Amino acid sequence: MTYDADTLAQLRKDADEILDRYPVKRSALLPLLHLVQSVDGYVSPDGIGFCAEAVSLTSAEVSAVATFYTQYKRRPNGEYQVGVCTTALCATMGGDEIWRQLSDECGVGHDETTADGKISLERIECNAACDYAPVMMVNWEFFDNMTPDRALRVVDDILEGRDVKPTRGSNKVSTFKETERVLAGFEDGKVDEDQGVGDPTLVGLKIAREQGWEEQR
Amino acid sequence: MTDLTPVLSATWDAQESWKLSTYEDHGGYRALKKALGMDKADIIQAVKDSGLRGRGGAGFPTGMKWGFLPPDDGGPRYLVVNADESEPGTCKDIPTMLSAPQVLVEGVAITSFAIGCNHAFIYVRGEVTHVYRRLLQAVREAYAAGHLGKNIHGSGFDLDVTVHAGAGAYICGEETALLDSLEGRRGQPRLKPPFPAVAGLYARPTVVNNVESVASVPAIIDRGVDWFTSMGTERSKGMGLFSLSGHVERPGQYEAPLGITLRELIDMAGGIRAGHQLKFWTPGGSSTPIFTDEHLDTPLDYESVGAAGSMLGTRALQIFDETTCVVRVVTRWTEFYKHESCGKCTPCREGTFWLTQILKRVEGGQGTEADIQQLLDTCESILGRAFCALGDGATSCISSSIQYFREEFEQHIAEGACPFDHSAAALFDYDAPAKATEEAHA
Repeated sequence: MTYDADTLAQLRKDADEILDRYPVKRSALLPLLHLVQSVDGYVSPDGIGFCAEAVSLTSAEVSAVATFYTQYKRRPNGEYQVGVCTTALCATMGGDEIWRQLSDECGVGHDETTADGKISLERIECNAACDYAPVMMVNWEFFDNMTPDRALRVVDDILEGRDVKPTRGSNKVSTFKETERVLAGFEDGKVDEDQGVGDPTLVGLKIAREQGWEEQR
Repeated sequence: MTDLTPVLSATWDAQESWKLSTYEDHGGYRALKKALGMDKADIIQAVKDSGLRGRGGAGFPTGMKWGFLPPDDGGPRYLVVNADESEPGTCKDIPTMLSAPQVLVEGVAITSFAIGCNHAFIYVRGEVTHVYRRLLQAVREAYAAGHLGKNIHGSGFDLDVTVHAGAGAYICGEETALLDSLEGRRGQPRLKPPFPAVAGLYARPTVVNNVESVASVPAIIDRGVDWFTSMGTERSKGMGLFSLSGHVERPGQYEAPLGITLRELIDMAGGIRAGHQLKFWTPGGSSTPIFTDEHLDTPLDYESVGAAGSMLGTRALQIFDETTCVVRVVTRWTEFYKHESCGKCTPCREGTFWLTQILKRVEGGQGTEADIQQLLDTCESILGRAFCALGDGATSCISSSIQYFREEFEQHIAEGACPFDHSAAALFDYDAPAKATEEAHA
């Protein structure tokens, strides 16, 4: 491993905290892989070695797990992971066209990163926000009800170094590495940030209230 | 006319609805305190009597699943919440956890107490950062308030809860694949038996329940079995979240008694988008056979949907109007299953690959008449022969779409091209690119 002493010390401290959450060591592997992505921006050879040591597996066994899951990246990832949902419903509602225009704008295809390292573009599968179709995710925050223009503005903001704000989620999208640290189970203090609940989430409740059907708990 | 019945969604519009204080202001954790004073067997019996069936798709009775655990042998037993919501069209658990994570945590505490579990896990898909933040905070707040941890409310009951983020794999929604994944392995399904109730997480007795199932438990304990069974139909009791998406005026979450119809729901949703008509829909996600306008009045309960040839699944109602090419939609769903097949068993791994090849050919206008029969034959080779339900689910949209829209498949073949203008189905206007450009990006 080529981590410097400080990085390694922090990694070990974090890894201990992760390992403490589980009765069996190996269960810590998925969060540990998120953790190494928060340091290296991908699952690096060093990261695999670190995880292997932490959970007493071989590096081959860790690689076998890492390659199964799409969120673990095998090459240095962009600072922002931009995913356009092109599963059937979003694709039909306009996701395919959004994808086409974003891919043109960024000059990269699926699972590719812009030369400046800002954006990794991905065609993603259903992200459980179908009532907000077409959906785009940036570092796994929701960008709902997208149009090509709105999506292009988000991408241009990222390319020009401006902050971007999801439609449901935190006040500002964190970087890929910061997001991966959250996914490793470390809170980042952004939990109470809120862009409001979208109309589709509340539509049924609103009708029930208007009609006086509401069930009181 | 069926009334909507917001129970799980009742607090979603409250100020900071995700906070423990908000939840407690609305009666939260009353059910846990009540449950801790009950006999464990009585809690399980109440859930059995409520008729609550698994809300994650399969519809297995929740109380019965709890009852399958062997007698306590002194070793650990686990509750694992399946929060890996990924079935195309399904979008109910994510808003629940984003807006009201505490109802899930309370459900976890009651369920764990009932089944004798001291360490529960919530396995949430990794691709929802803010949802994971909300769950982490919900659990932290619940510990601080004494709803979790040691000697909960003086009952002597201890419970730890770990919120675990997955890393992008639809198959981990399959309960045994989820357990393998939670053990730090590739998420591949296990051979059953043994079922998780006997040998689940770390080969110990385990209950795996969907978010909405577990979140329904506090209300059943708090308000009682009679209240719960007053909603729904004869054999499909209670309420559930119905998620409308696609070509309706007001897509979103509609919490209603089981047995409501799509006609009623579309009506509340302001109708199909203006100037268009319903063409086809899924009652419970992409793994459930599609329905058409013939099924508008089918009660959306387990039995009626089953009798009409599909499955209630996750109540993910994806609505497509007449501008939609069914071949395109089915091809894209099949590409999803191909992408998400774990590769463990041959029928699914190879079958979804070949189905995709054939469907893309048909959609692009290069298919032959024999391809339609080939699709049906390949589906037949997968159905019932795959290791888990992913393979079966992959065939549903293909066989059902050929059943209802065979002429549309034939039209693609006869005309040598897709007869639809894809831009007409989109929710925004754009100039359709030349076909060649579109395909280059596909």
